[in-house]
Amino acid sequence: MSALGKGRSKGSNGWLLSMPALLLLLVAASGPLLIVVTYSFLEKGDYSGVRWIFSGDAWFRVLFQKDIFDGTVSLADANLSIIWRSVKLSLSTTVIAFVLGLPTAWFIATRPPKYRAFWLFLITIPFWTNLLIRTFAIMEVIRNQGLLNTFLIHYGLISEPIQILYTDTAVLIGMAYVYLPLMVLPLFAAIDRFDFRLIEAGYDLYASRLQILRRVILPIIRPGIVAGCILVFIPSLGAYVTPRVLGGGKNMMIGNFIELQFGQGQNWPLGAALSTVLLVVVLGSLLIYTRVSSREDPHG
Amino acid sequence: MGKHKSFDVTKLPGFTFLALLSFVLLYAPIVTLVFYSFNGGNSVNQWGGFSFKWYAIAAQNEAVQGAAMRSFVIAIWASVIATTVATMAALGTTRRGKFKGQTFIYIVINQPLMVPEIVTAVALLIFFSSIKIATGYTGLGYLIIAHSAFCVPFAYLPIKARLEGMDTAMETAAADLYASPWQTFRYVTLPLLMPGVVAGAMLAFIISLDDVIITEFVKSAGQDTLPTYMLGQLRRALTPEVNAISTALLAVSVLVLTLFFLATRKRG
Repeated sequence: MSALGKGRSKGSNGWLLSMPALLLLLVAASGPLLIVVTYSFLEKGDYSGVRWIFSGDAWFRVLFQKDIFDGTVSLADANLSIIWRSVKLSLSTTVIAFVLGLPTAWFIATRPPKYRAFWLFLITIPFWTNLLIRTFAIMEVIRNQGLLNTFLIHYGLISEPIQILYTDTAVLIGMAYVYLPLMVLPLFAAIDRFDFRLIEAGYDLYASRLQILRRVILPIIRPGIVAGCILVFIPSLGAYVTPRVLGGGKNMMIGNFIELQFGQGQNWPLGAALSTVLLVVVLGSLLIYTRVSSREDPHG
Repeated sequence: MGKHKSFDVTKLPGFTFLALLSFVLLYAPIVTLVFYSFNGGNSVNQWGGFSFKWYAIAAQNEAVQGAAMRSFVIAIWASVIATTVATMAALGTTRRGKFKGQTFIYIVINQPLMVPEIVTAVALLIFFSSIKIATGYTGLGYLIIAHSAFCVPFAYLPIKARLEGMDTAMETAAADLYASPWQTFRYVTLPLLMPGVVAGAMLAFIISLDDVIITEFVKSAGQDTLPTYMLGQLRRALTPEVNAISTALLAVSVLVLTLFFLATRKRG
């Protein structure tokens, strides 16, 4: 396809036509990221902002804290616990999304072709629905007078409402809920391409169900699994809205902690350093993902 | 179960149950939210009969009116700008053969899909706040530029997909008949590309309309959009009014999405 254009134009046209998009993105997306990295190496300003003096202090403070009286250095427990909570919640979100997402994707991919589009459409609607609205929706369900507690009390399973809202569990439920479609879609794409005759073949060769799952299905749909897990893990790690709404200010994740540094905390360099950490982790996992998937998936 | 009974892939044990459970879990909260937006009572906890009361209250709320107006103005500008630059970039990257630096263009264009939104938001906060101080301008321009930027990949992907699926024979024929490159584009390429452009613009529109984080960080005082207004309402008790606004916004998204699917299904 691309060879057709070759005769009548030069590659420079590609650059020229892409220039407006590149300029827009360099001004309002990629460029400012460099400012964030720069700010992480500056000194904290008196009120907010920065002073243009080089300092490694923000990076030091990501992991350590210095006692203001005797100057002893210890690990920054508060920062570390927020980072740990973020990683833990993101991994748990990924696991829950996978446990629910794999059967869902499998179910859609094995429907007769004329119903497949319908089921897929049902997954796409929540996927494109505003994240904030979905977070509000799950809040309706898990709050003290919400659907879940009302239901459980009505059937006498509990007598007092269970406090879920404003806990880590609420954040976990919320993230698994909002990111589930991100797991289903790539898994569906992988399973849809899967040749089901391979299962038949395995079965004819006396493989058990478990063996077929482990030795035939999972290895073949692995690129879809990796893609789904990456697509859920990355936004979970940088989540801001869901932990803010469902965690209620106390159960922060890295995203909220970064915001705090730019707002009340007024430590822009520390916020910038934490943003850089998040950026590096996310881009690093994406890089590993592209390496792994380009090596293993012959379909590219 | 006998070992040689043929293996039915549609019926793995527990899979159908978990799949249907997923669908119920995905929709139950949304349905609850929509249902309670028609609550005639004064609190979200008590059902006070079916009514459009909270829609009327939301519609008369000046803060909501302003936010709705701003949301639409920004989303329209952002989708027009993003779609225009994305169309040009898609033409540049699919019709000119492979060239040096193409990967760089792909990475920059898709960057908003890769970088966590909170990091972009913080970056724009720093960048735009110094521009605000330097120029004194605090209008909607910053939000429009920011929204246009993160909408670019959403416009670019369907347009690029459409271009790649398009037969170039017509364009080649036009060129053979001495049509200028502009004439070829205007009378051949663009009409064929239109479904992709419309689809891209619709996705960009929804993405802009729904954005919370970047808007929250970039907006100046008094520049709430519907989502940031709703986020702000959280500090007080949740009212059915927020449910009503959510449902209205949801309806717009579903409408645009349905149109998107209809537009992309009819492939020329």
